[in-house]
Amino acid sequence: MPEAPAAAPWYRRLMLGLLLAPALLWLFALIVLPHVDLALLSFRERVAPRQYVASLAQYRTFFGEPLYWRVFVRTAVLSALATALTLLVAFPIAWTIAKLARGRMSALLFVVCLIPFWVSETVRTLGWMILLRESGVLPALLVHLGLTTQPVELLYHDATILVGLVYTSLLFMVVPLVGNLESLDNALIEAAYDLGGKGWSILREIVIPHAAPGITAGCIVVFMLTLGNYLTPTLLGGKNSLWFTEQIYTQFITRFNWEQGAAFGFLLLALSTAMVWLGLKVSGQRFSDVMRRA
Amino acid sequence: MIPTLPRPAWLRAATALYVAAFLMFLFLPLAVVAVFAFNDAPYPAPPWHGFTLDWFLGNEAAGRIGLFRDSELLGSIWTSSIVALWVTGLSVAVGTANAFAMERAQFPGKGALSMLMLTPLVIPGVILGISILAFASRLAELCSDLFAVEADFLRPGLPLVVLGQFSYIAAIATLTISARLKRFDRTLEDAALNLGASRPAVLWTITLPYLRPALIGSAAIAFLMSFENFNTTLMLVGADSPLTIMMYGRMREGATPVLNAVSLFLMVASAVIALTLIRRGRSPES
Amino acid sequence: MAAIPDLEVRTLAKRFATHLAVDDLSFSVARGSFFSILGPSGCGKTTLLRMIAGFIQPDRGDIAIGGRSMAGVAPNRRPVNMVFQQLALFPMMSVAQNVAFGLARRGIGRAERTRRAEAMLERVGLGGAGGKRTDELSGGQRQRVAIARSMILEPTLLLLDEPLGALDLKLREHMKIELKQLQAAFATTFVYITHDQSEALVLSDHIGVMNHGRFEQLGTPQELYYSPASAFVAGFVGANNRLAGKALAVNGSLVQLATSGGWVVHAHRQGPITAGMAVEAFVRPEATLLGRTSADLPPGQTAHAGEVISLLFDGANSAVLLRELQSHIEFRIALPQTGAYADLQVGARIYFSFDPQRAICFAAADAHA
Repeated sequence: MPEAPAAAPWYRRLMLGLLLAPALLWLFALIVLPHVDLALLSFRERVAPRQYVASLAQYRTFFGEPLYWRVFVRTAVLSALATALTLLVAFPIAWTIAKLARGRMSALLFVVCLIPFWVSETVRTLGWMILLRESGVLPALLVHLGLTTQPVELLYHDATILVGLVYTSLLFMVVPLVGNLESLDNALIEAAYDLGGKGWSILREIVIPHAAPGITAGCIVVFMLTLGNYLTPTLLGGKNSLWFTEQIYTQFITRFNWEQGAAFGFLLLALSTAMVWLGLKVSGQRFSDVMRRA
Repeated sequence: MIPTLPRPAWLRAATALYVAAFLMFLFLPLAVVAVFAFNDAPYPAPPWHGFTLDWFLGNEAAGRIGLFRDSELLGSIWTSSIVALWVTGLSVAVGTANAFAMERAQFPGKGALSMLMLTPLVIPGVILGISILAFASRLAELCSDLFAVEADFLRPGLPLVVLGQFSYIAAIATLTISARLKRFDRTLEDAALNLGASRPAVLWTITLPYLRPALIGSAAIAFLMSFENFNTTLMLVGADSPLTIMMYGRMREGATPVLNAVSLFLMVASAVIALTLIRRGRSPES
Repeated sequence: MAAIPDLEVRTLAKRFATHLAVDDLSFSVARGSFFSILGPSGCGKTTLLRMIAGFIQPDRGDIAIGGRSMAGVAPNRRPVNMVFQQLALFPMMSVAQNVAFGLARRGIGRAERTRRAEAMLERVGLGGAGGKRTDELSGGQRQRVAIARSMILEPTLLLLDEPLGALDLKLREHMKIELKQLQAAFATTFVYITHDQSEALVLSDHIGVMNHGRFEQLGTPQELYYSPASAFVAGFVGANNRLAGKALAVNGSLVQLATSGGWVVHAHRQGPITAGMAVEAFVRPEATLLGRTSADLPPGQTAHAGEVISLLFDGANSAVLLRELQSHIEFRIALPQTGAYADLQVGARIYFSFDPQRAICFAAADAHA
């Protein structure tokens, strides 16, 4: 590119500095330094009031106390399950929007799918509570239909948590999938069919390889959001939710044991980062591309 | 599979059924919330006791405090709005500066910086919250130890809530605005210079008007995300509760349908914003 | 009055990394004239134009506009306006706002701006279109807006960067004529760059043919066409038959040359040539006469024989492509408009000749070999 008309070097440096100042302030003061601080916090132990020593005690506690690591594993497994379920539910809808519906119908369906997600997660969770609790709409309906004699409590089960998590994550799966499937040329499917492909083999050999970037992007984002969710598991799971973010909250806010909370936070961050990294590795994509897609 | 290929009738029917079931799954919780805002009963639960506007208009005399008389709820809406306005202003301003830095300037470490800008999006909100909480407290202690000054804004409260939400919403604003700036044809700036415009005039009359749709869009998204944020806010909140925190507290206690009323209000507000944005997005100018 | 040229370029040079884009260039453009810079892509013409506009700083040399040196003058302070290749109309503004943009930057009041913009649009035949969006206009109308937007500032010099390049062929022909008429009406100096020789020939008072950062020739369209100063110009401007070979003999201004296939022709010498040198000769298709027998040709000219390999019918521009019998070199000849050869068939034997004074012979340039 041709260069701009000459400006004094000091002036250019000043302008560049001014332009970069907000970004550096934001990233260092609110992201990098707080996380470094959090790491330091997690590697110390209180030995007397206002007396600390470097130690691995917080992490030892985590591995020594079955409750903690079981909750951690449970959170990870349920998150993975929720991610898989979200993919299963979202894929047919994404396919319908991208390939089956046409023109206005497709755009309309897409918008209709997005609208619930403009509403706060709190509101959506309230809806599920009204639907599922013992005195709620679905138990009453079941009694009315004669399927149960007494209203049953549908809240506070693991399945309830899963329903809530899938519901809350759908948007983040549908959007990248639609974008990805729309770019799949119909002629490829026609050609595969013409060459003797059947529905399942076309899906496996043409559609899924093409959609892999969208699937990865969706899965990474959904897994990460699910893992870090707090509202849905605590409200729909109640006291039995045993979600790891709850443990962090308890340590930090209720027990004021920041060292322990920091260690828990780091473990969660490590898991989340590892899964993002693994997802990128498996699909051979770049981080920045995935984030732009999602 | 696609419309140009033969599809058996059962597959068509199954598709239609699936779409219907999916839409029901999507809208049922919202519909229930809306409907029970008008139920004439003290709890948002069946059976239907008849229509009432008490949960909007009721006062203490009627024994039911409606949304418009519930000063606690109204106060939290106000708090959320103030927080959201701050977050929006900061995010759009910083996002715009970042977009220019990343798309226009050349400097060492640019690749690393652009990666770093995306990291807030992959850090769980709870962890953003606790890290900022811990760091701010440490700074506050430093302040009081070194200068004997109490830095109250570094203690849990609205300033920290604003910073916590801003820390990741800024990343979203940066992405949105950069994407549009990347598509900008720079000869338009040459043309404006050539027609006698000064550098500031070029920015003001050409580049910023071009970015306008992205600025408006990212502002709306920033406002909504801030208004609805829960995870980060939960860790940083002090005495004044934003709406989501207030609602969460009441939901755990088992609240009256006034929560349905405030939810309906939120739904209408979000829908209006969403539809306006979608309409703008479709108009030919952008 | 006529003493000061509107544009004077003195020993201008610009190097990008290893590539010399503009190489020690000097020329001047008289007030009110239409000057074209013609050259293939990559010849440095865009760099030259952007240096005149002030978007690129020259390494060396000076540019004076209206007698005033432009050294250190920012692009937004030069008495120069530019019509960009893709026009660069501002999509966020109406047509009238586009035209009034420069006036607004000069701090002229809204009422005056509106009046002058409307008058300018009227002048370019777009009266009443001021309220439209730029994407509602046709390609030709957009170009007129781009010109109006610049001309409203009454620049000393209007620069045009291949503005017709993006148009389709038919519109391009039309806009060529329109541009020439607009330039005549405004009487402003136009500096026009293009790689299309026909645009340059039709539009310009003077043309600089540019190659490798230098002017190969600077002259009127007629001079370039009828007396090209170099083999490059002869090959680039207008259609030409090129015959490469060796000079057998030089007799005053006349060169006798033989192609490698043994075809011997005579041509007018341009520059120093001695017998034995590698040379190339150029013969215009319309400078050649056709005959069904050698007797049909003028008696003083050497008759050559050929076989028709293609008939290129294109109305008034129809031509026949033939292969000279001895050397098998392809040769293009314009068909006379009388229709005398309308019955010509592929494979037919035909005779042709040309006046050696209208065939031009250069020493083969090693650089371009």
